[in-house]
Amino acid sequence: MTEEFLKPLEEKTLAEKLFLVRFKVDSASHLILDKEVCWECGERACLSVCPTEVYKWEEGKKEITVSYEGCLECGTCRIACSEGAIDWRNPRGGFGVSLRFG
Amino acid sequence: MSERFDCVIVGAGPSGIAAAYKLASSGLSVAVFERGETPGSKNMSGGVLYSTVLNKLIPEFWKEAPVERHVTRRRYSLLSKDSAASFDLEFEPFNTPPYNNSFTVLRARFDRWFAKKAEEAGAVVVTEAVVDDFIYEDGKVNGVSVRMEGGAVYSDVVICAEGANSLLAEKSGLKKRPDPGSMVLGVKEIISLPKEVIEGRFSLEDGQGAALEFFGEALGGVAGSGFIYTNKDTLSVGIGCPVSVLKEKGLKPNELMDGFKKHPSVRRLLRGGNIEEYSAHMIPEGGYNTLPELTKDGLILVGDSAGFVNPSICKEGSNLAMASGVYAAETVIEAKNRGDFSKSVLDGYTERLKESFVLKDLKKYRDVPGILHSAPGIFKEYPDAILEFLQGYFKISEESKDSARREIKKLFRSKVPVWRLMVDLLRLRRFFT
Repeated sequence: MTEEFLKPLEEKTLAEKLFLVRFKVDSASHLILDKEVCWECGERACLSVCPTEVYKWEEGKKEITVSYEGCLECGTCRIACSEGAIDWRNPRGGFGVSLRFG
Repeated sequence: MSERFDCVIVGAGPSGIAAAYKLASSGLSVAVFERGETPGSKNMSGGVLYSTVLNKLIPEFWKEAPVERHVTRRRYSLLSKDSAASFDLEFEPFNTPPYNNSFTVLRARFDRWFAKKAEEAGAVVVTEAVVDDFIYEDGKVNGVSVRMEGGAVYSDVVICAEGANSLLAEKSGLKKRPDPGSMVLGVKEIISLPKEVIEGRFSLEDGQGAALEFFGEALGGVAGSGFIYTNKDTLSVGIGCPVSVLKEKGLKPNELMDGFKKHPSVRRLLRGGNIEEYSAHMIPEGGYNTLPELTKDGLILVGDSAGFVNPSICKEGSNLAMASGVYAAETVIEAKNRGDFSKSVLDGYTERLKESFVLKDLKKYRDVPGILHSAPGIFKEYPDAILEFLQGYFKISEESKDSARREIKKLFRSKVPVWRLMVDLLRLRRFFT
Protein backbone atom coordinates (compact mmCIF):
# COMPACT_ATOMS: atom_id res chain seq x y z
CA MET A 1 0.00 0.00 0.00
CA THR A 2 2.75 2.48 0.88
CA GLU A 3 4.63 2.18 -2.41
CA GLU A 4 1.61 3.20 -4.36
CA PHE A 5 1.66 6.58 -2.62
CA LEU A 6 5.32 7.23 -3.34
CA LYS A 7 4.76 7.36 -7.08
CA PRO A 8 4.71 10.82 -8.63
CA LEU A 9 1.31 12.45 -9.05
CA GLU A 10 -0.13 11.34 -12.36
CA GLU A 11 0.16 14.05 -14.99
CA LYS A 12 -2.95 15.00 -16.87
CA THR A 13 -3.45 17.08 -20.00
CA LEU A 14 -6.01 19.85 -19.95
CA ALA A 15 -8.39 17.67 -21.97
CA GLU A 16 -8.01 14.89 -19.40
CA LYS A 17 -8.63 17.32 -16.55
CA LEU A 18 -11.78 18.58 -18.24
CA PHE A 19 -12.98 15.03 -18.58
CA LEU A 20 -13.10 14.90 -14.76
CA VAL A 21 -15.38 17.92 -14.47
CA ARG A 22 -19.14 17.53 -14.54
CA PHE A 23 -20.80 19.62 -17.25
CA LYS A 24 -24.39 19.80 -18.36
CA VAL A 25 -23.82 21.16 -21.85
CA ASP A 26 -26.39 23.54 -23.28
CA SER A 27 -27.20 23.61 -27.00
CA ALA A 28 -26.08 27.21 -27.46
CA SER A 29 -23.04 29.15 -26.30
CA HIS A 30 -23.30 31.56 -23.38
CA LEU A 31 -20.19 33.37 -24.65
CA ILE A 32 -20.87 35.60 -27.64
CA LEU A 33 -17.98 37.36 -29.40
CA ASP A 34 -18.14 40.46 -31.51
CA LYS A 35 -16.45 38.87 -34.53
CA GLU A 36 -15.47 42.13 -36.19
CA VAL A 37 -13.83 43.50 -33.08
CA CYS A 38 -12.03 40.18 -32.48
CA TRP A 39 -10.79 40.09 -36.05
CA GLU A 40 -9.17 43.48 -35.67
CA CYS A 41 -7.98 42.92 -32.10
CA GLY A 42 -4.21 42.97 -31.75
CA GLU A 43 -4.28 41.60 -28.23
CA ARG A 44 -6.63 38.60 -28.10
CA ALA A 45 -6.00 38.09 -24.39
CA CYS A 46 -8.82 35.51 -24.35
CA LEU A 47 -6.56 33.04 -26.19
CA SER A 48 -4.22 32.76 -23.21
CA VAL A 49 -6.02 33.78 -20.01
CA CYS A 50 -8.73 31.12 -20.09
CA PRO A 51 -7.95 28.23 -17.71
CA THR A 52 -9.57 25.74 -20.09
CA GLU A 53 -8.49 27.32 -23.38
CA VAL A 54 -12.04 27.83 -24.56
CA TYR A 55 -10.88 30.33 -27.19
CA LYS A 56 -8.81 29.25 -30.23
CA TRP A 57 -7.74 31.32 -33.21
CA GLU A 58 -8.82 29.51 -36.35
CA GLU A 59 -6.34 30.58 -39.03
CA GLY A 60 -8.41 29.16 -41.89
CA LYS A 61 -11.61 30.92 -40.91
CA LYS A 62 -9.78 33.99 -39.56
CA GLU A 63 -11.91 33.93 -36.46
CA ILE A 64 -11.94 32.80 -32.86
CA THR A 65 -13.78 29.58 -32.13
CA VAL A 66 -15.45 29.25 -28.74
CA SER A 67 -15.57 25.83 -27.09
CA TYR A 68 -18.08 27.01 -24.49
CA GLU A 69 -18.73 23.38 -23.52
CA GLY A 70 -15.58 23.39 -21.38
CA CYS A 71 -16.14 26.78 -19.74
CA LEU A 72 -15.62 26.78 -15.95
CA GLU A 73 -17.55 30.08 -15.74
CA CYS A 74 -14.81 32.01 -13.96
CA GLY A 75 -15.39 35.10 -16.13
CA THR A 76 -11.69 35.91 -16.55
CA CYS A 77 -12.02 36.36 -20.33
CA ARG A 78 -14.59 39.12 -19.86
CA ILE A 79 -12.30 41.00 -17.48
CA ALA A 80 -9.19 40.50 -19.63
CA CYS A 81 -10.78 41.65 -22.91
CA SER A 82 -9.78 45.30 -23.38
CA GLU A 83 -12.37 45.71 -26.12
CA GLY A 84 -15.28 44.49 -24.02
CA ALA A 85 -16.08 42.26 -26.99
CA ILE A 86 -17.21 39.23 -24.99
CA ASP A 87 -20.91 39.19 -24.23
CA TRP A 88 -20.76 36.91 -21.20
CA ARG A 89 -24.17 35.60 -20.23
CA ASN A 90 -24.93 33.14 -17.48
CA PRO A 91 -25.74 29.74 -18.99
CA ARG A 92 -29.34 28.55 -18.74
CA GLY A 93 -30.35 27.55 -15.19
CA GLY A 94 -28.79 24.22 -14.20
CA PHE A 95 -26.60 24.12 -17.33
CA GLY A 96 -22.86 24.58 -17.59
CA VAL A 97 -20.33 23.50 -15.00
CA SER A 98 -21.56 21.63 -11.93
CA LEU A 99 -18.81 21.11 -9.38
CA ARG A 100 -18.79 18.00 -7.22
CA PHE A 101 -16.14 19.29 -4.78
CA GLY A 102 -15.81 23.02 -5.40
CA MET B 1 -44.67 30.48 -5.16
CA SER B 2 -46.25 33.76 -4.14
CA GLU B 3 -45.13 36.41 -6.57
CA ARG B 4 -44.07 38.95 -4.00
CA PHE B 5 -41.50 38.60 -1.23
CA ASP B 6 -40.15 40.96 1.37
CA CYS B 7 -36.71 40.29 -0.04
CA VAL B 8 -35.26 38.54 -3.06
CA ILE B 9 -31.65 37.37 -2.97
CA VAL B 10 -29.62 36.59 -6.08
CA GLY B 11 -27.13 33.77 -5.49
CA ALA B 12 -26.86 30.99 -2.89
CA GLY B 13 -23.27 31.48 -1.78
CA PRO B 14 -22.08 32.41 1.73
CA SER B 15 -23.28 36.04 1.59
CA GLY B 16 -26.67 35.32 0.02
CA ILE B 17 -27.45 32.42 2.31
CA ALA B 18 -26.28 34.26 5.43
CA ALA B 19 -28.70 37.06 4.51
CA ALA B 20 -31.51 34.59 3.75
CA TYR B 21 -30.97 32.73 7.01
CA LYS B 22 -31.06 35.90 9.07
CA LEU B 23 -34.12 37.31 7.28
CA ALA B 24 -36.10 34.07 7.35
CA SER B 25 -35.25 33.56 11.03
CA SER B 26 -36.64 37.03 11.69
CA GLY B 27 -39.93 36.13 10.01
CA LEU B 28 -39.53 37.92 6.67
CA SER B 29 -40.49 36.22 3.41
CA VAL B 30 -37.34 35.52 1.38
CA ALA B 31 -36.63 33.89 -1.96
CA VAL B 32 -33.12 32.97 -3.09
CA PHE B 33 -32.49 32.39 -6.80
CA GLU B 34 -29.47 30.24 -7.60
CA ARG B 35 -28.44 29.50 -11.18
CA GLY B 36 -26.60 26.27 -10.34
CA GLU B 37 -28.07 22.78 -10.28
CA THR B 38 -27.65 22.86 -6.49
CA PRO B 39 -26.40 25.61 -4.16
CA GLY B 40 -22.60 25.47 -4.34
CA SER B 41 -22.34 23.75 -7.71
CA LYS B 42 -20.87 26.92 -9.29
CA ASN B 43 -18.81 27.87 -6.26
CA MET B 44 -15.16 27.34 -5.50
CA SER B 45 -12.79 28.78 -2.94
CA GLY B 46 -9.27 27.89 -1.92
CA GLY B 47 -10.91 26.13 0.88
CA VAL B 48 -10.28 27.74 4.27
CA LEU B 49 -13.49 29.11 5.77
CA TYR B 50 -13.14 31.55 8.65
CA SER B 51 -16.29 31.12 10.64
CA THR B 52 -16.69 33.78 13.34
CA VAL B 53 -19.88 35.05 11.69
CA LEU B 54 -21.28 31.60 10.92
CA ASN B 55 -20.68 30.49 14.49
CA LYS B 56 -22.90 33.32 15.69
CA LEU B 57 -25.63 32.48 13.17
CA ILE B 58 -25.54 28.74 13.81
CA PRO B 59 -23.67 28.07 17.08
CA GLU B 60 -21.36 25.04 16.94
CA PHE B 61 -22.20 24.56 13.27
CA TRP B 62 -19.21 22.24 12.87
CA LYS B 63 -21.10 19.49 14.66
CA GLU B 64 -23.47 19.20 11.69
CA ALA B 65 -21.90 21.09 8.78
CA PRO B 66 -19.83 19.23 6.17
CA VAL B 67 -16.52 20.78 7.17
CA GLU B 68 -13.40 18.84 6.20
CA ARG B 69 -10.76 19.59 8.86
CA HIS B 70 -10.04 22.30 11.42
CA VAL B 71 -6.80 24.12 10.74
CA THR B 72 -4.19 23.58 13.45
CA ARG B 73 -1.12 23.89 11.28
CA ARG B 74 -0.10 26.75 9.03
CA ARG B 75 3.00 26.90 6.94
CA TYR B 76 4.27 29.83 4.93
CA SER B 77 6.97 29.01 2.42
CA LEU B 78 9.14 31.25 0.34
CA LEU B 79 10.04 29.41 -2.83
CA SER B 80 12.91 29.95 -5.20
CA LYS B 81 13.07 27.92 -8.39
CA ASP B 82 14.14 24.75 -6.59
CA SER B 83 14.39 25.50 -2.87
CA ALA B 84 12.19 26.69 -0.03
CA ALA B 85 12.41 28.45 3.33
CA SER B 86 9.37 27.87 5.52
CA PHE B 87 7.79 29.17 8.66
CA ASP B 88 5.82 26.37 10.25
CA LEU B 89 3.22 27.00 12.96
CA GLU B 90 1.37 24.41 15.00
CA PHE B 91 -1.13 25.52 17.63
CA GLU B 92 -2.54 22.97 20.04
CA PRO B 93 -5.18 25.42 21.38
CA PHE B 94 -6.71 25.49 17.88
CA ASN B 95 -7.48 21.81 18.35
CA THR B 96 -10.42 22.51 20.67
CA PRO B 97 -13.75 24.28 19.93
CA PRO B 98 -14.23 26.75 18.34
CA TYR B 99 -11.10 25.56 16.51
CA ASN B 100 -9.88 29.12 15.90
CA ASN B 101 -12.88 29.41 13.55
CA SER B 102 -10.76 28.02 10.70
CA PHE B 103 -11.99 25.05 8.73
CA THR B 104 -11.20 23.60 5.36
CA VAL B 105 -14.35 23.12 3.29
CA LEU B 106 -15.41 21.95 -0.15
CA ARG B 107 -17.91 24.49 -1.31
CA ALA B 108 -20.15 22.27 -3.43
CA ARG B 109 -20.92 20.40 -0.21
CA PHE B 110 -20.73 23.19 2.31
CA ASP B 111 -22.91 25.71 0.46
CA ARG B 112 -25.54 23.05 -0.12
CA TRP B 113 -25.74 22.41 3.62
CA PHE B 114 -25.86 26.13 4.43
CA ALA B 115 -28.69 26.69 1.92
CA LYS B 116 -30.59 23.80 3.51
CA LYS B 117 -30.32 25.57 6.88
CA ALA B 118 -31.81 28.72 5.35
CA GLU B 119 -34.65 26.64 3.90
CA GLU B 120 -35.31 25.11 7.31
CA ALA B 121 -35.47 28.66 8.70
CA GLY B 122 -38.20 29.44 6.17
CA ALA B 123 -36.41 30.81 3.09
CA VAL B 124 -37.45 29.65 -0.37
CA VAL B 125 -34.38 28.51 -2.33
CA VAL B 126 -34.96 28.10 -6.07
CA THR B 127 -32.16 26.39 -8.01
CA GLU B 128 -31.55 26.34 -11.78
CA ALA B 129 -32.94 29.88 -11.84
CA VAL B 130 -30.90 32.57 -13.59
CA VAL B 131 -31.62 36.20 -12.77
CA ASP B 132 -31.04 38.30 -15.90
CA ASP B 133 -31.88 41.75 -14.56
CA PHE B 134 -33.52 43.76 -11.85
CA ILE B 135 -37.05 45.09 -12.28
CA TYR B 136 -37.33 48.83 -11.73
CA GLU B 137 -40.30 50.91 -10.74
CA ASP B 138 -39.85 54.70 -10.63
CA GLY B 139 -36.09 54.14 -10.48
CA LYS B 140 -36.27 51.82 -7.48
CA VAL B 141 -35.37 48.12 -7.71
CA ASN B 142 -38.61 46.30 -7.16
CA GLY B 143 -37.80 42.70 -7.98
CA VAL B 144 -35.92 40.48 -10.40
CA SER B 145 -36.44 39.09 -13.84
CA VAL B 146 -35.84 35.32 -13.68
CA ARG B 147 -35.12 33.38 -16.86
CA MET B 148 -38.20 31.13 -16.65
CA GLU B 149 -41.81 31.31 -17.64
CA GLY B 150 -43.61 34.20 -15.97
CA GLY B 151 -40.20 35.19 -14.68
CA ALA B 152 -41.00 38.43 -12.87
CA VAL B 153 -40.62 38.13 -9.10
CA TYR B 154 -41.32 41.22 -7.01
CA SER B 155 -39.92 42.27 -3.68
CA ASP B 156 -39.46 45.36 -1.52
CA VAL B 157 -35.73 45.00 -1.77
CA VAL B 158 -33.15 42.85 -3.60
CA ILE B 159 -29.85 41.65 -2.17
CA CYS B 160 -27.38 40.96 -4.95
CA ALA B 161 -25.03 38.11 -3.96
CA GLU B 162 -24.17 36.98 -7.47
CA GLY B 163 -20.44 36.56 -6.85
CA ALA B 164 -17.20 37.78 -8.41
CA ASN B 165 -18.44 37.73 -11.99
CA SER B 166 -20.70 40.67 -11.22
CA LEU B 167 -22.91 40.95 -14.32
CA LEU B 168 -25.97 42.27 -12.49
CA ALA B 169 -24.14 44.72 -10.24
CA GLU B 170 -22.55 46.22 -13.35
CA LYS B 171 -25.88 46.34 -15.16
CA SER B 172 -27.37 48.21 -12.20
CA GLY B 173 -24.78 50.95 -12.63
CA LEU B 174 -23.40 50.54 -9.10
CA LYS B 175 -20.21 49.05 -10.44
CA LYS B 176 -18.03 49.22 -13.54
CA ARG B 177 -16.51 46.19 -15.18
CA PRO B 178 -13.58 45.42 -12.84
CA ASP B 179 -10.05 46.24 -13.92
CA PRO B 180 -7.83 43.18 -14.68
CA GLY B 181 -5.40 44.41 -12.02
CA SER B 182 -8.08 44.14 -9.33
CA MET B 183 -9.07 40.55 -10.08
CA VAL B 184 -7.13 37.38 -9.32
CA LEU B 185 -7.82 34.13 -11.13
CA GLY B 186 -7.77 31.12 -8.81
CA VAL B 187 -7.25 27.69 -10.35
CA LYS B 188 -7.56 24.59 -8.24
CA GLU B 189 -7.31 20.82 -8.39
CA ILE B 190 -8.81 18.37 -5.97
CA ILE B 191 -6.30 15.57 -5.43
CA SER B 192 -7.41 12.47 -3.57
CA LEU B 193 -5.27 10.52 -1.11
CA PRO B 194 -6.25 8.19 1.73
CA LYS B 195 -6.90 9.88 5.07
CA GLU B 196 -3.96 8.08 6.70
CA VAL B 197 -1.55 9.21 3.99
CA ILE B 198 -2.68 12.84 4.37
CA GLU B 199 -2.37 12.75 8.15
CA GLY B 200 1.04 11.09 8.00
CA ARG B 201 2.39 13.35 5.29
CA PHE B 202 1.19 16.62 6.83
CA SER B 203 1.87 15.59 10.44
CA LEU B 204 -1.77 15.75 11.56
CA GLU B 205 -3.93 13.86 13.98
CA ASP B 206 -7.55 12.89 13.42
CA GLY B 207 -9.63 15.84 12.20
CA GLN B 208 -6.72 18.31 12.21
CA GLY B 209 -5.89 20.20 9.06
CA ALA B 210 -3.01 22.09 7.50
CA ALA B 211 -3.01 25.24 5.38
CA LEU B 212 0.18 25.67 3.38
CA GLU B 213 0.81 28.90 1.49
CA PHE B 214 3.58 29.30 -1.05
CA PHE B 215 5.01 32.68 -1.95
CA GLY B 216 7.94 33.88 -4.01
CA GLU B 217 8.51 31.76 -7.08
CA ALA B 218 5.37 29.63 -6.79
CA LEU B 219 4.40 30.64 -10.33
CA GLY B 220 7.82 30.52 -11.93
CA GLY B 221 8.70 34.12 -11.05
CA VAL B 222 5.52 36.05 -11.85
CA ALA B 223 3.19 37.69 -9.33
CA GLY B 224 0.95 35.21 -7.56
CA SER B 225 0.97 32.47 -4.96
CA GLY B 226 0.08 28.82 -4.43
CA PHE B 227 -1.59 26.78 -1.71
CA ILE B 228 -2.26 23.29 -0.43
CA TYR B 229 -5.08 22.75 2.05
CA THR B 230 -5.89 19.37 3.55
CA ASN B 231 -9.41 17.98 3.41
CA LYS B 232 -10.58 14.65 4.86
CA ASP B 233 -9.38 12.46 2.02
CA THR B 234 -8.42 15.03 -0.61
CA LEU B 235 -6.09 18.00 -0.97
CA SER B 236 -7.11 21.36 -2.38
CA VAL B 237 -4.14 22.43 -4.47
CA GLY B 238 -4.20 25.71 -6.31
CA ILE B 239 -2.72 28.96 -7.47
CA GLY B 240 -3.80 32.57 -7.72
CA CYS B 241 -2.52 35.01 -10.32
CA PRO B 242 -3.74 38.54 -11.12
CA VAL B 243 -5.67 38.66 -14.39
CA SER B 244 -3.52 41.65 -15.45
CA VAL B 245 -0.37 39.52 -15.11
CA LEU B 246 -1.84 36.60 -17.06
CA LYS B 247 -2.83 39.02 -19.75
CA GLU B 248 0.38 41.05 -20.01
CA LYS B 249 2.64 38.01 -20.03
CA GLY B 250 0.39 35.79 -22.13
CA LEU B 251 0.50 33.04 -19.51
CA LYS B 252 -1.78 30.02 -19.54
CA PRO B 253 -3.32 29.32 -16.12
CA ASN B 254 -3.29 25.55 -16.59
CA GLU B 255 0.45 25.65 -17.33
CA LEU B 256 1.09 27.80 -14.23
CA MET B 257 -0.86 25.24 -12.22
CA ASP B 258 1.16 22.33 -13.62
CA GLY B 259 4.38 24.27 -12.98
CA PHE B 260 3.45 24.85 -9.34
CA LYS B 261 2.78 21.14 -8.83
CA LYS B 262 6.24 20.32 -10.18
CA HIS B 263 8.15 22.46 -7.67
CA PRO B 264 10.11 19.98 -5.51
CA SER B 265 8.54 21.29 -2.29
CA VAL B 266 5.06 20.79 -3.72
CA ARG B 267 5.64 17.67 -5.83
CA ARG B 268 6.67 15.62 -2.78
CA LEU B 269 3.40 16.37 -1.02
CA LEU B 270 1.22 15.24 -3.92
CA ARG B 271 2.79 11.84 -4.60
CA GLY B 272 0.43 8.98 -5.25
CA GLY B 273 -2.59 11.26 -5.58
CA ASN B 274 -5.32 11.22 -8.19
CA ILE B 275 -6.73 14.39 -9.69
CA GLU B 276 -10.49 14.38 -9.07
CA GLU B 277 -11.60 17.82 -10.25
CA TYR B 278 -10.24 20.93 -11.96
CA SER B 279 -11.90 24.29 -11.34
CA ALA B 280 -11.39 28.03 -11.67
CA HIS B 281 -12.88 31.12 -10.05
CA MET B 282 -12.07 34.80 -9.88
CA ILE B 283 -11.33 36.57 -6.60
CA PRO B 284 -11.92 40.32 -6.28
CA GLU B 285 -8.68 41.41 -4.62
CA GLY B 286 -8.70 45.08 -5.50
CA GLY B 287 -9.49 45.91 -1.87
CA TYR B 288 -10.86 49.10 -0.37
CA ASN B 289 -9.82 51.42 -3.18
CA THR B 290 -11.88 49.53 -5.76
CA LEU B 291 -15.09 49.08 -3.74
CA PRO B 292 -18.24 50.12 -5.62
CA GLU B 293 -21.18 52.10 -4.35
CA LEU B 294 -22.93 49.47 -2.20
CA THR B 295 -26.59 50.48 -2.35
CA LYS B 296 -29.25 52.17 -4.41
CA ASP B 297 -33.00 52.43 -3.98
CA GLY B 298 -34.18 48.87 -3.32
CA LEU B 299 -30.81 47.20 -3.88
CA ILE B 300 -27.85 46.07 -1.74
CA LEU B 301 -24.59 44.47 -2.93
CA VAL B 302 -22.95 41.84 -0.70
CA GLY B 303 -20.03 39.38 -0.79
CA ASP B 304 -17.76 39.02 -3.81
CA SER B 305 -20.04 41.10 -6.03
CA ALA B 306 -19.24 44.02 -3.71
CA GLY B 307 -15.55 43.05 -3.61
CA PHE B 308 -15.31 42.07 0.08
CA VAL B 309 -12.02 40.17 0.11
CA ASN B 310 -9.20 41.01 2.49
CA PRO B 311 -6.09 40.82 0.29
CA SER B 312 -3.59 40.57 3.20
CA ILE B 313 -1.76 37.40 4.21
CA CYS B 314 -5.01 36.13 5.81
CA LYS B 315 -6.87 36.06 2.45
CA GLU B 316 -10.25 36.29 4.11
CA GLY B 317 -13.32 36.20 1.85
CA SER B 318 -16.21 33.99 2.90
CA ASN B 319 -16.27 35.37 6.46
CA LEU B 320 -16.56 38.91 5.11
CA ALA B 321 -19.22 37.66 2.71
CA MET B 322 -21.30 36.19 5.53
CA ALA B 323 -20.86 39.34 7.64
CA SER B 324 -22.04 41.51 4.75
CA GLY B 325 -25.05 39.22 4.26
CA VAL B 326 -25.99 39.54 7.94
CA TYR B 327 -25.61 43.35 7.90
CA ALA B 328 -27.67 43.56 4.72
CA ALA B 329 -30.38 41.48 6.40
CA GLU B 330 -30.38 43.69 9.52
CA THR B 331 -30.70 46.74 7.32
CA VAL B 332 -33.59 45.19 5.38
CA ILE B 333 -35.38 44.40 8.66
CA GLU B 334 -34.95 48.02 9.73
CA ALA B 335 -36.15 49.26 6.34
CA LYS B 336 -39.22 47.03 6.57
CA ASN B 337 -40.05 48.39 10.02
CA ARG B 338 -39.83 51.90 8.65
CA GLY B 339 -41.58 50.98 5.40
CA ASP B 340 -38.85 52.75 3.46
CA PHE B 341 -36.46 50.93 1.12
CA SER B 342 -34.81 53.99 -0.36
CA LYS B 343 -31.04 54.37 -0.57
CA SER B 344 -30.94 56.67 2.44
CA VAL B 345 -32.28 53.89 4.69
CA LEU B 346 -30.33 51.11 2.98
CA ASP B 347 -27.15 53.08 3.56
CA GLY B 348 -27.48 51.88 7.15
CA TYR B 349 -25.83 48.78 5.64
CA THR B 350 -22.71 50.75 4.71
CA GLU B 351 -22.67 52.27 8.20
CA ARG B 352 -22.85 48.82 9.79
CA LEU B 353 -19.98 47.63 7.60
CA LYS B 354 -17.89 50.65 8.57
CA GLU B 355 -18.33 49.80 12.24
CA SER B 356 -17.35 46.16 11.66
CA PHE B 357 -14.18 44.28 10.81
CA VAL B 358 -15.29 44.15 7.16
CA LEU B 359 -14.56 47.76 6.19
CA LYS B 360 -12.10 48.37 9.04
CA ASP B 361 -9.85 45.58 7.75
CA LEU B 362 -10.34 46.43 4.09
CA LYS B 363 -9.39 50.02 4.87
CA LYS B 364 -6.35 48.96 6.86
CA TYR B 365 -5.05 46.86 3.98
CA ARG B 366 -6.10 49.34 1.29
CA ASP B 367 -2.55 49.72 -0.02
CA VAL B 368 -1.73 46.01 -0.18
CA PRO B 369 -2.88 45.37 -3.77
CA GLY B 370 -0.80 48.31 -4.99
CA ILE B 371 2.27 47.26 -3.01
CA LEU B 372 2.24 43.77 -4.47
CA HIS B 373 2.16 45.33 -7.92
CA SER B 374 4.93 47.83 -7.22
CA ALA B 375 7.48 45.39 -5.79
CA PRO B 376 7.84 42.74 -8.49
CA GLY B 377 11.19 41.65 -6.98
CA ILE B 378 9.35 39.70 -4.30
CA PHE B 379 8.29 37.08 -6.82
CA LYS B 380 11.73 36.19 -8.18
CA GLU B 381 14.71 38.37 -7.39
CA TYR B 382 14.38 38.39 -3.61
CA PRO B 383 13.47 34.72 -3.14
CA ASP B 384 16.34 33.70 -5.42
CA ALA B 385 18.82 35.86 -3.48
CA ILE B 386 17.48 34.83 -0.05
CA LEU B 387 17.48 31.11 -0.81
CA GLU B 388 20.92 31.32 -2.38
CA PHE B 389 22.17 33.08 0.74
CA LEU B 390 20.66 30.43 3.03
CA GLN B 391 22.01 27.62 0.88
CA GLY B 392 25.47 29.17 1.10
CA TYR B 393 25.09 29.57 4.84
CA PHE B 394 24.28 25.90 5.36
CA LYS B 395 26.64 24.55 2.74
CA ILE B 396 29.31 22.26 4.15
CA SER B 397 32.78 22.85 2.74
CA GLU B 398 36.38 23.09 3.86
CA GLU B 399 36.49 26.80 3.23
CA SER B 400 36.76 28.74 6.50
CA LYS B 401 33.36 29.88 7.75
CA ASP B 402 34.49 33.52 7.79
CA SER B 403 35.55 33.48 4.18
CA ALA B 404 32.49 31.49 3.02
CA ARG B 405 30.09 33.87 4.75
CA ARG B 406 31.83 36.94 3.41
CA GLU B 407 31.37 35.47 -0.04
CA ILE B 408 27.65 34.78 0.30
CA LYS B 409 26.99 38.23 1.78
CA LYS B 410 28.83 39.78 -1.12
CA LEU B 411 26.85 37.68 -3.57
CA PHE B 412 23.57 38.65 -1.90
CA ARG B 413 24.38 42.37 -1.99
CA SER B 414 25.38 42.14 -5.63
CA LYS B 415 21.95 40.73 -6.46
CA VAL B 416 19.79 42.88 -4.21
CA PRO B 417 20.73 46.48 -3.41
CA VAL B 418 20.25 46.78 0.35
CA TRP B 419 18.50 50.15 0.17
CA ARG B 420 15.92 48.77 -2.25
CA LEU B 421 15.32 45.70 -0.12
CA MET B 422 14.78 47.95 2.92
CA VAL B 423 12.29 50.13 1.04
CA ASP B 424 10.38 47.11 -0.24
CA LEU B 425 10.36 45.40 3.17
CA LEU B 426 9.05 48.58 4.79
CA ARG B 427 6.28 48.72 2.22
CA LEU B 428 5.56 45.01 2.50
CA ARG B 429 5.08 45.07 6.26
CA ARG B 430 1.55 46.35 5.52
CA PHE B 431 0.85 42.95 4.06
CA PHE B 432 1.51 41.24 7.39
CA THR B 433 0.81 43.68 10.21
